[in-house]
Amino acid sequence: MSPTQWDFPVELCCRPMAFVTLTGLDVVYNAVHRTVWDAFCANRRADRVPISFKVLPGDHEYPKCRPKRTSYEWYIPKGILKTGWMNKHLNLVPALVVVFYELDWDEPQWKEKQSECATRVEIVRQSLQGRNTKVAVVLIQKKTPLPPGEDVIASERAAALCNACELSGKSLFVLPHTDHLVGYIIRLENAFYEHAQTYYYTEIRRVKSHKEFLNKTTHQLLFVRHQFKIAFFNELKQDTQNALKNYRTAYNLVHELRAHETNILEIKTMAGFINYKICRLCFQHNTPLDAIAQFRKHIDLCKKKIGSAELSFEHAAWMAKQFQAFGDLFDEAIKLGLTAIQTQNPGFYYQQAAHYAQERKQLAKTLCEHEASVAYPSPDPLETQTGALDFYGQRSWRQGVLSFDLSDPEKEKVGILAIQLRERNVVHSEIIITLLSNAVAQFKKYKCPRMKSHLMVQMGEEYYYAKDYTKALKLLDYVMCDYRSEGWWTLLTSILTTALKCAYLMAQLKDYITYSLELLGRASTLKDDQKSRIEKNLINVLMNESPDPEPDCDALAVKTAQKLWADRISLAGSNVFTIGVQDFVPFVQCKAKFHAPSFHVDVPVQLDVYLRADCPHPVRFSRLCVGFNNQEYNQLCVIQEASRASEVLENTTQGRMCLVPGKTRKFLFKFVAKTEDVGKKIEITSVDLVLGHETGRCVVLSWQGGGGDAASSQEALQAARSFRRWPRLPDSEVHWDSVVVQASTMIISRVPNVSVQLRHDPPALTNEMYCLAVTVRSQEKSRIRDVKLTAGLKPGQDANLTQKTQVTLRGTELCDESCPALLTDIPVGDLQPGEQLEKTLYVRCGTVGSRMFLVYVSYLINTTIEDKEIVCKCHKDETVTIETVFPFDVAVKFVSTKFEHLERVYADIPFLLMTDLLSASPWALTIASSELQLAPSMTSVDQPESQLDRVVLQTGESASECFCLRCPATGTGDGGVATGHYVVSWKRASAAPDIPVVSTVVTLPHVIVESIPLHVNADLPPFGRVRESLPVRYHLQNTTDLVQDVEISVEPSDAFMFSGLKQIRLRILPGTAQEMLYNFYPLMAGCQQLPSLHISLLRFPGFTHQLLRRFIPTSIFVKPQGRLVDDASIAAA
Amino acid sequence: MAVCVAVIAKENYPLYIRSVPTENELKFHYMVHTSLDVVDEKISAMGKALVDQRELYLGLLYPTEDYKVYGYVTNSKVKFVMVVDSSNPALRDNEIRSMFRKLHNSYTDVMCNPFYNPGDRIQSRAFDSMVTSMMIQVC
Repeated sequence: MSPTQWDFPVELCCRPMAFVTLTGLDVVYNAVHRTVWDAFCANRRADRVPISFKVLPGDHEYPKCRPKRTSYEWYIPKGILKTGWMNKHLNLVPALVVVFYELDWDEPQWKEKQSECATRVEIVRQSLQGRNTKVAVVLIQKKTPLPPGEDVIASERAAALCNACELSGKSLFVLPHTDHLVGYIIRLENAFYEHAQTYYYTEIRRVKSHKEFLNKTTHQLLFVRHQFKIAFFNELKQDTQNALKNYRTAYNLVHELRAHETNILEIKTMAGFINYKICRLCFQHNTPLDAIAQFRKHIDLCKKKIGSAELSFEHAAWMAKQFQAFGDLFDEAIKLGLTAIQTQNPGFYYQQAAHYAQERKQLAKTLCEHEASVAYPSPDPLETQTGALDFYGQRSWRQGVLSFDLSDPEKEKVGILAIQLRERNVVHSEIIITLLSNAVAQFKKYKCPRMKSHLMVQMGEEYYYAKDYTKALKLLDYVMCDYRSEGWWTLLTSILTTALKCAYLMAQLKDYITYSLELLGRASTLKDDQKSRIEKNLINVLMNESPDPEPDCDALAVKTAQKLWADRISLAGSNVFTIGVQDFVPFVQCKAKFHAPSFHVDVPVQLDVYLRADCPHPVRFSRLCVGFNNQEYNQLCVIQEASRASEVLENTTQGRMCLVPGKTRKFLFKFVAKTEDVGKKIEITSVDLVLGHETGRCVVLSWQGGGGDAASSQEALQAARSFRRWPRLPDSEVHWDSVVVQASTMIISRVPNVSVQLRHDPPALTNEMYCLAVTVRSQEKSRIRDVKLTAGLKPGQDANLTQKTQVTLRGTELCDESCPALLTDIPVGDLQPGEQLEKTLYVRCGTVGSRMFLVYVSYLINTTIEDKEIVCKCHKDETVTIETVFPFDVAVKFVSTKFEHLERVYADIPFLLMTDLLSASPWALTIASSELQLAPSMTSVDQPESQLDRVVLQTGESASECFCLRCPATGTGDGGVATGHYVVSWKRASAAPDIPVVSTVVTLPHVIVESIPLHVNADLPPFGRVRESLPVRYHLQNTTDLVQDVEISVEPSDAFMFSGLKQIRLRILPGTAQEMLYNFYPLMAGCQQLPSLHISLLRFPGFTHQLLRRFIPTSIFVKPQGRLVDDASIAAA
Repeated sequence: MAVCVAVIAKENYPLYIRSVPTENELKFHYMVHTSLDVVDEKISAMGKALVDQRELYLGLLYPTEDYKVYGYVTNSKVKFVMVVDSSNPALRDNEIRSMFRKLHNSYTDVMCNPFYNPGDRIQSRAFDSMVTSMMIQVC
């Protein structure tokens, strides 16, 4: 028995193809024959007919056919299927023998050649005596044949040749050796295939014909055998549907056989073969569900057919093979295009195969544990004369024995012993690992990561049993993190336990320590006694001693391991192991926490490191240090075991360096931050805990950031969710879960101790030099140096504001655009404690609106913290929002000389411009001066001078001015005529005298100028007196280029008598004037209506009385007649 | 009936897992863990379906030679996994469903306990005895 006895025979697994032998070909020495043979066998692609060819000599002896049985009456079969049968029909007994013979139709020595050919055919026939094998003749010809029917000689000679060889015409072929060889060969092949089909058909008929001679009692085995044969021939015939049908029948027949311990192996073997064929054909027919159903049925039927208990491992082996073979078939079908799914893929079958292989190993372990003294029996009961079995699945020591009774129990016992001893030599682990790795490959494909991990664990364990610890460790280490990240602690613990054993047996220090750390940790589900054992070992390792062996290890391996450990001890060198803990769950937990999210630079930074051990016994450490992003602080945060000498004295440190299980220990670190780090973040980058000493071995547990390992984030989440209230503890203790990691802190500048006051009078007025007085007062205990002031518009506001705001220190002159919006770092000097200084700033705001101003004072001060002198930079800032408003409003209006409102002015006729200045400022304003800057088109009637000089306006007060102007006739522009500007110079009444005045320029509105055809003005005294003559002269000036016809009339008035032309019509030439003289004689005192003058121009009907009334006076004040004495005084007035 | 009952958190770590004491506990742990592959796949497949139309019962996850593994997922993605001896043919789909419903109800009771912190391991005695009642019939 070979170790591969469970493998299916090759002839079962291959695809059966019709077997055709070719004779008469000399493929070694004859080039033509060689090419013919190559054409047959080379490049057999799927589109060629399924035939397996073999070249044999013409006198080859085929297997002898046994004489036909005429009756089955006395025949008792010895087994189900002979081991050689399948091979015989695949490779030994041809369906067709082809005789190749070189012969052209025009061969001169035809007769001789014909008889030689006939002889060859005869020889072949002889060796096939009794078989139905067909014979065919192929003539290899040099000439291309003529079309059929044209070559008379050819058809004659062909008939003659057939006759001589006793062949039918269908079995004679011609193969012209010309250019189209492959084409001819393919046609020949197809013809051969047809012959083969016929052969297998007759074979099926032949086997079927036996059936009627059989009876159910003695020939049960033959039913199966024949059915199998029929199916197999069907397969050879490529009739897979019938093959499947017959295999199914055969399968049912196998299970109808009477099973007994003696033949159960044979039945199972055959059932396995037939099942394999059925499944294979089902997959081939693309009915995978049928295949799976058949396989399930097969397994259900056979699962319980264990057979002999002493050889039960054989059953497991057989089961494993069934599953593996099905997995292979399934996988093959997938490669040919079948789609599998997550829950139905070959992986499950490989997994199950592996499961049975494991079972086989277990069973073999218990059944084959013979004493070393038990020798392998001699002679070998498993040897047979031929070296192989006659029938599949029989025992070599009782082949062909059908009786269920054991004729020779002694022989049986020896046989079983031999099998058991052979089983002992089987390398089970190898089989299991192969199956598992097959399954892993499948599950990887079908998205089953957890299944994959599980199988890899099994593989790792199997490697462990196989003593390949390196591979075991590699696999286990690989999958560990999957279980860890999903929090399956039970499974992780089991894996770690195996891994620890591997690490121990290989004396892998670092792995050993790592796994121990985790097995002692809170994620481990080990019992306490196990944990204390591991902890003891770990302490031993740290003290550079050998650990005790792990339990349940192979004794021999332990011995080797102990030697390895001893070597490790003597070996000096790398005894420091740094282990990053973020990827696993060690038995020490760490949380680092700054006391506050920020510290002032003049206050020492404080942080706590909380440690907690989960192991069963207290553990000592030798060093604890914290690493920061700024490494200069690292040296400040170290706790070290005191040197040996002082250890005796300070018993307290000893206690400090010890972690008691379940208790949270707090370590306080304090250091002074560097002034350069102001405004920066200090982060904890690592916390390192050193276990053991440099003298022995030491392990550095290194936490990244503020602590935390693979499990802590989930724990922190749970703790945050929890509503639980922590019971009160003594002050020195804390609840582990209540500690929250704070791994970074900000260093911020020292709190300033100065006051900054701003004095100013809001709101600011547009364009004025707004005064902002800044008072800085030091309240520090010591002198402050390098005080600097930054003031101005706060950055980050509207960009337009920056342009329209200027800040300066000099208030004596108006600042211009060149001044910045923000003055930076104005040095102010030093300040003694309590001293104060004042700085005045002037701000000029060009537009109204609100602005934010910033005043920022920075200084340096020396302070001492923790006996360390540092220079602190402090700063304080103040912000103020200032509103800017217009100081006053200017209203302008045009009126006539009679103070009547004018829509438009008339050329050359004087009018009045009135300005009205209304103070809008909440503060009193002093108007320094006002000035009218006339446009060239305007002239002033008299010398204009400011009437507002040094006028002080309170809020809401207004100041008006009046200017008499004249506008000469100009070209009539549509938009009117520019008037000019009005400039007001002003400042706050409260402003210091050296503050410059602000000039505000108001642009005066344009005015529409209109010319009139006739200018009329009256020349009359300021007042009249009753009964005294009042001379009035009217000037009429023609301003046009035309001769004007003027009608003038004077209406009489009750208050006056008058002399002069009452009604006249006259002509005024262009550019000339006419004077009209009247003498009015007032009759009544008081303001009296003058006799009204009516002028009408014939050419200008629009020149109306209304218009005229604007220029000439309509009334006059008449004084009463006084006494004579008074006359003189009145005349003087 | 059931040989192993497990409650798995949304994050796929076990909240509760119990198997018949007669057999290797580790085997069932692995079985439940590997079944999560199928659960994950089924959840992601039905993720598109509307929440209220969703069937919580996932059905047979995968069969092994000796056991059948069934799954159930609550709306909050807590999974229940039940391993049943496959030699017990009397167990119908409906009975499995009702067992899961019972389990779900009991789990809801656990969640309603104000002293229970969701995400912690389940240590409720009532839940425990309910699970025992589901497992007792076989052993």
